[in-house]
Amino acid sequence: MASLFKYILKTPVVTEALKSADDTQIEVIARQIDERARRRFGRSLHIRQVDAGSCNGCELEISALNNPYYDLERFGMHFVASPRHADCLLVTGPVTRNMADPLKRTYDATPAPKIVVAIGDCAHDCGVFAGGYGVVSPVSAILPVDAVVHGCPPTPRDILLGILAALEKHS
Amino acid sequence: MLIDSTLMIDLFLVTFACFSAGAVGALITARSPTLSRVVGHGCALVGAIAAFAFGVAGLAGGSMELNVPDLLPIGGAAFGVDRLSAFFVVVIAVGAIPAALYAIGYTREYAGKHSLAGMAFAFNVFIAAMILVALARNVLTFLALWEMMSLASYFLVITESEREETLSAGWIYFVMTHAGFAALFLGFLLLARATGTMDFANWSVAATALDPTSRNLIFLLFALGFGSKAGVVPLHVWLPRAHPAAPSHVSALMSGVMIKLGVYGLVRVAFDWLGAGPLWWGATMLIVGAVSGVLGVLYALVDADLKRLLAYSSVENIGIIMLGLGAAMLFQASNLPSLAALALVAALYHTLNHATFKSLLFMGAGAVLHATHTRNMEELGGLIKRMPQTAVFFLIGSLAIAALPPFNGFISEWLTFQSLLLSFQILAHTVNLIFALGVAALALTSGLAAACFVRAFGITFLALPRSEPAALAHEADWTMRAAMALLALVCLALGVAPSLILAPLEAAVFDLMGAHADMKFDWSMVVANNSFGWVAPLWIALGLVAFLMAIPLALRLMGVNKRRRYYETWGCGRALQTARFEYTATAFANPFKRVFALLYRSVKELDIEFHPESRYFVRTITYYNEGRLIFEDALYKPLLRMIQALAREARVLQSGHVHSYLVYILVALVALLILTV
Amino acid sequence: MLTEIAIELLQLLIVMFGSPLLVGVIRKAKARLQGRRGAGILQPYADLRKLLLKEMVISENTSWIFRFTPYLLATTMLLSALIVPSLTTRAPLSFMGNIIALMYLFLLGTFFLALAGLDAGSAFGGMGSSREVALAALAEPTVLIAIFGIALRAGTTSLDGIITRSIAEPLLMLNAGHLLAFFAFFIVALAENGRLPVDNPATHLELTMIHEAMILEYSGRLLALVEWAAGMKLFLFLTLLSNLFFPWGVALTNTPITLFSAFVALAMKLLVFAAAIALVETSVAKLRLFRVPELLAGSFTVALLAVVSAFFIR
Repeated sequence: MASLFKYILKTPVVTEALKSADDTQIEVIARQIDERARRRFGRSLHIRQVDAGSCNGCELEISALNNPYYDLERFGMHFVASPRHADCLLVTGPVTRNMADPLKRTYDATPAPKIVVAIGDCAHDCGVFAGGYGVVSPVSAILPVDAVVHGCPPTPRDILLGILAALEKHS
Repeated sequence: MLIDSTLMIDLFLVTFACFSAGAVGALITARSPTLSRVVGHGCALVGAIAAFAFGVAGLAGGSMELNVPDLLPIGGAAFGVDRLSAFFVVVIAVGAIPAALYAIGYTREYAGKHSLAGMAFAFNVFIAAMILVALARNVLTFLALWEMMSLASYFLVITESEREETLSAGWIYFVMTHAGFAALFLGFLLLARATGTMDFANWSVAATALDPTSRNLIFLLFALGFGSKAGVVPLHVWLPRAHPAAPSHVSALMSGVMIKLGVYGLVRVAFDWLGAGPLWWGATMLIVGAVSGVLGVLYALVDADLKRLLAYSSVENIGIIMLGLGAAMLFQASNLPSLAALALVAALYHTLNHATFKSLLFMGAGAVLHATHTRNMEELGGLIKRMPQTAVFFLIGSLAIAALPPFNGFISEWLTFQSLLLSFQILAHTVNLIFALGVAALALTSGLAAACFVRAFGITFLALPRSEPAALAHEADWTMRAAMALLALVCLALGVAPSLILAPLEAAVFDLMGAHADMKFDWSMVVANNSFGWVAPLWIALGLVAFLMAIPLALRLMGVNKRRRYYETWGCGRALQTARFEYTATAFANPFKRVFALLYRSVKELDIEFHPESRYFVRTITYYNEGRLIFEDALYKPLLRMIQALAREARVLQSGHVHSYLVYILVALVALLILTV
Repeated sequence: MLTEIAIELLQLLIVMFGSPLLVGVIRKAKARLQGRRGAGILQPYADLRKLLLKEMVISENTSWIFRFTPYLLATTMLLSALIVPSLTTRAPLSFMGNIIALMYLFLLGTFFLALAGLDAGSAFGGMGSSREVALAALAEPTVLIAIFGIALRAGTTSLDGIITRSIAEPLLMLNAGHLLAFFAFFIVALAENGRLPVDNPATHLELTMIHEAMILEYSGRLLALVEWAAGMKLFLFLTLLSNLFFPWGVALTNTPITLFSAFVALAMKLLVFAAAIALVETSVAKLRLFRVPELLAGSFTVALLAVVSAFFIR
């Protein structure tokens, strides 16, 4: 434990500032929530990530958001386990046959007001899995999507910017 | 107000007139089950109300002496009332009034299958005998009525004699109660012979002159006898068999009231008949109480049978009462009379409280049994939507027994804690250590009891029904609900305004011990030992209500979102939600089974039945995780084996030849002649 | 009379509004120890405000107990805030209960929360309830024996009395038993508030949850009340630890100066405890569930030693 604390003391805060980049990867579609909700979500957003059949490439990038470099908690965002606690659904993957119904149920289990952000090319238009026998449709056919972040997989920075764009907040 | 003895005698006679009318009336109207049910239990109800009035009058200072000379040999039947007896009459009445009311509706389902007249008859005799035991004033009166009480309750226990487990439970109860009776008989006779009189009144003075060995022996005999009736560990084995087997109103009476007569006996022995004893008497009581408390609740925690759970919980609460009693005896032996009085007040208050909430819980369990025909918690669930009022009453009983504010269990456990903590005034290290372990045991018991009743209420009433009968349950009828409502109100009243009962109780203890309890109380507060600790139950209750109303109001004023949407339970997106996904009673108890594995020594059995075509598909999985009962295995089975071995040896005497029997008679005659001449 | 009401109101407001700040400070300290910036210390306020905006999605399997429990939890915490001497030993309503009554008020909240966990009929909720009541039951003996240890030295179980006596006779606290009782009480505080090493408040794995598992079904203002009540419970436990074991700074009279200095002292003590909790949570991993009873048994032994030492050093 002494070595742990020595390491902690030696290491500074490594969080990097969020650089705003070109927004070509981010597409804002719908506005489901009103102004008041958008303001409150701008200060505190609880996110529930749903894997609708993805290859887990996007999941790796999303989980990088929790590390000290990207640190999404500084924006007031926080990942939660239960959709009842969530304000934002982060959906990845082409929606497969088995996950279509659970995805809808997860959305219904989330209390309003809520937003949906689709992450990755698969969530946008089924990506490389388009036309496959196990794939049903892109996310937008099942849920009302607020923002799409393109990429296979998108970088954590783009994912963060995508969520912020859905709230109409730019860093 | 001076209560003259004619009023007392009048109330006494009215009480017994009612019970006799109930008993006889039930038999007379035996042809019509409805009539005998209503007449028998209705008269018991009126009699119990009269007994309550009698008890209250006795607590206010009324006294009575009644002697019926030739009813029993050596002194006749002698009855008298002092404040302690009056208190126990009140306890009996508080249990009997709702039980009688409840029984009117509950026994309807026995019509046609069992004799309702017989049940009502035994019911009246049972309650009358219990009241008379508390009022008995000489040895033979006490013993005769004790036996009558045991017999009446035995017949009530084996009402449902078509089930084998009921008969076996009744038999075990019969044997244990008579073993206790034998110990009592011996104790009484030894004490009567040593003091030269059969009247209780003269014993407290005469007993101080006894030599220590005989006092210790008499104390042990009484402890065994009264302890087995009270249900302390290890003499408790009849309780978890007899109480579930009996009809619910009888279980309520037995658990709530009858076992308290064991406590009554112990209080009489320790503080009246034998006088102050050595330290080890109190220490034994305290340790026995601590063990009973913890073991009782641990067995309750793993039981899936709702009524057996409640029976084990009674063992636990008797343990708490014993803790207070043992503390009182230790204080008395250490010359701290006011602290002894405080501990005794706490123990007696808990006696009354347990009578109220245990009766309430058994009645709730009876309503559930009545509606679903099962006591197995693994088959219940979702009853709060089908039996909403019963659920509320059972919840109140659970909150009270878990000693949570603002109900009565909280106050009596608080008082018990205060008296145990005040033990630092004793300056003896061993005693201090015993008290410290007592505090730890009481705390553990209290926490485990809360866990136990979360399980009991939660699994039985909440979420989805786990079986068809539970889904089709219906609310109990009005007499049953009225009885439960009455007890729930009493639980709340005694919790919010404890001074109602503390004043007469304190007076009773003063009469018994000659010292005022080290406490002060008024309509709003209870203070222990001047400044050692205080609690204001009425204020706590008002505070809870005030905040419960203020918070929604504040939220509404803040303009929060009021929208509410009903949807399925979150099951990770799973398409199906059935009762099979719920937590079971066995699973809920699993952490306890693992932590206390040394006690339960449970035996796990897992049976997996595969599909005949392929071992990759499973048809059924059956999981057993039964605990084994320590005392049955370690104490009773060897004892029974020994007795059976002795009986086998003694069989030699029963040779079947008339000649040997004649020789036996001759030898006995000669021996008697030699001994008496 | 007006000053009395003002003082009680002050203590109440400190607990009501200070607890999200305490939670925020602990989270910020943990973030810094992890080398990241973390959310601001006012983040819990934003979370609660946002939750009040959301609708409530309630399971069809639940009953009135599910909807009632968050209000009861907040109520018991607010009532306890009136009793716990956070600023002064002369709060007018502190006569309502002593430390034992306080522990039972907390148990009342736990009881209903456990019922609410069972109410939705989900396996996670039942699991959370079962574990929570098991740990609460096993922590009870430690709490009461630690209280016994404190009461032995101070001669009373009333919170105000303990603080007054300790300030008047500081030598009473200068012994091993006092520290042992403090250590035992600290472990219980970690267990009762769902902190590492007993329960990880930031976990997403349902099978490792205890407190979180029971509240998985809550949303909207019900969730806000539950989270707020949990924050208040932590605040009250840490206040008890600060003021019972290190009572310097607590006002013995009700004057503006003493109250202000009591406020400053409380803030500093809570800051130290927040840092301590952040350090503990960073350095230990969560204990396997069935190792937690061993931890609690260890803390019980420590508390018992505290009591025994009090008997022998009299």
